[in-house]
Amino acid sequence: MKIKKNVAISESGYIFNPSTGESFSVNPTGIEIFNMIKEGKKIEEIEQLILKKYNTDKDTFEKDYQDFLGFLKQYLLIDTHDEKED
Amino acid sequence: MEKQRYERPVIKKLESNMPNKYGMRTEYQPMTHIDGVAVADLVKEHGSPLFVMSEQTIRRVYREAKKAFSTRYPKVQFAWSYKTNYLDAVCRVFHQEGSWAEVVSGFEYDKALRNGVDGSKIIFNGPDKTEADLEKAIQHDSLIHIDHLDELYSIIELSKKLDQRPKVAIRINMDTGIYPMWDRFGFNYENGQAWDALNKIMRSEKLELIGLHCHIGTFMLSAAAYASAAFKLADLALGVKKKYNHNITYIDMGGGFASKNTLKGSYLPGSDVNPTFDDFAEAITSTLINSDFEPDNLPLLILETGRALIDEAGYLLGSVISNKRSSTGKRTTIVDIGVNILFTSFWYDHKITPAQPFTQYTEDTTIYGPLCMNIDVVRESISLPLLNKGDHFVIHHVGAYNMTQWMQFITLRPKVVMIDDKANVHVIRKGETIERITEFEEIPEHLKEFDL
Ligand SMILES: Cc1ncc(COP(=O)(O)O)c(C=O)c1O
Repeated sequence: MKIKKNVAISESGYIFNPSTGESFSVNPTGIEIFNMIKEGKKIEEIEQLILKKYNTDKDTFEKDYQDFLGFLKQYLLIDTHDEKED
Repeated sequence: MEKQRYERPVIKKLESNMPNKYGMRTEYQPMTHIDGVAVADLVKEHGSPLFVMSEQTIRRVYREAKKAFSTRYPKVQFAWSYKTNYLDAVCRVFHQEGSWAEVVSGFEYDKALRNGVDGSKIIFNGPDKTEADLEKAIQHDSLIHIDHLDELYSIIELSKKLDQRPKVAIRINMDTGIYPMWDRFGFNYENGQAWDALNKIMRSEKLELIGLHCHIGTFMLSAAAYASAAFKLADLALGVKKKYNHNITYIDMGGGFASKNTLKGSYLPGSDVNPTFDDFAEAITSTLINSDFEPDNLPLLILETGRALIDEAGYLLGSVISNKRSSTGKRTTIVDIGVNILFTSFWYDHKITPAQPFTQYTEDTTIYGPLCMNIDVVRESISLPLLNKGDHFVIHHVGAYNMTQWMQFITLRPKVVMIDDKANVHVIRKGETIERITEFEEIPEHLKEFDL
């Protein structure tokens, strides 16, 4: 699971996808997770960090994470070729 | 170290700044309290979903409407349209404010009597009055609005049988420039049916013709249509005076004023663009005052306003069951309110606000009810803060028609509470129980036993 190389996110959560010309806005939790995915962190690691920092539980986070990922895929921000890496 | 408040991650596609189907505004402003009572407490105490009526809003809106008319015209009388919301507590607020009752069935008629409304202050409309209904209405000296000739003949017969002189009006339908024209009820103005009925009444000498009635449509967005209708009723009243030297006591303009709701598909919110009570009042009263009635002999103006008087006072509280993504990837939100209790979601894009504070992040979603049916869509597209499972929200302006047209379907209908002006919460309709529902059922003897 990799964020496409040419997709960047600004500090305020603005994303521009040069291959489609579309832009997006992401909330603060989303920015953190987006960056962690981009850094190549695995889901387990991301989950640990989020659970340590925020007032939520594992089930809720996992559900929300998958949901978020679903949107990233739908908006073509993720390279789906190398899904084995997931 | 204390943990930070969690908000689920979201990504939202940015569209150009044109108004889109999700509307221009997002309802960021949470509604945590209704008339000083916390939404969370209401749900905790009475469950979700829950209808909430605001007594002070009913009274405030009623007084606004009353003022709009009575500052322009000397004789004004409202008659509460029972079908719009006939919960007894609601009707009684209107009766305390001075409203008569307007009913369209024997059931509603009895409800008004039971609420203590004097028979002479009940207007009986509608095409389906049985002989028994008519007899009762005549005996109680009610105002019977005749819908068709069969009814006219029945009333003449009953007047002989009972040796009474029923008080009647006729319902007129007409072209007011509004499409579709409501010509199913009453007698037509343009083609002479109305005059035909008036002549029959006057010649029978059995009935007392006291009024003329119309109801030109519902959720009318044009005040001008009312000017046209008032003109035609005034014309008939003046014609009766001329021909029979008989004074028509009242002109009843029916209901139909748009409430502040937003019709499906409109870009601008109804609260900004729909005509106000002042607009409707100006159209009607200026027409009557400028007609040929003698200034000292103006007819009483009756209004049967329904939705515009009660929509705003009704709230429906609900809870989020789940957030999902549809097969096409669109966000969808499932809530515990179905179209069976929110019938008006077929007509309106109801305003929905969260019941707790949120950040400014939003997402576009479709709100579905829990009915497992395709038609069960509360809002096709709405931009909302990030609601989570179990969060509460408030649906606004639901006071009209929902609490009368709701259907009991796959679950029980919710409670209705009323908040009074001292922030006391009163249950005005209890939650249904399975026993109440099954009480009406009978099981034939041969179906009582089975082995599985
Ligand atoms: C005869 C009559 N009067 C009044 C009303 C109330 O109408 P509204 O709620 O549109 O004001 C109705 C509603 O259909 C009606 O049929």
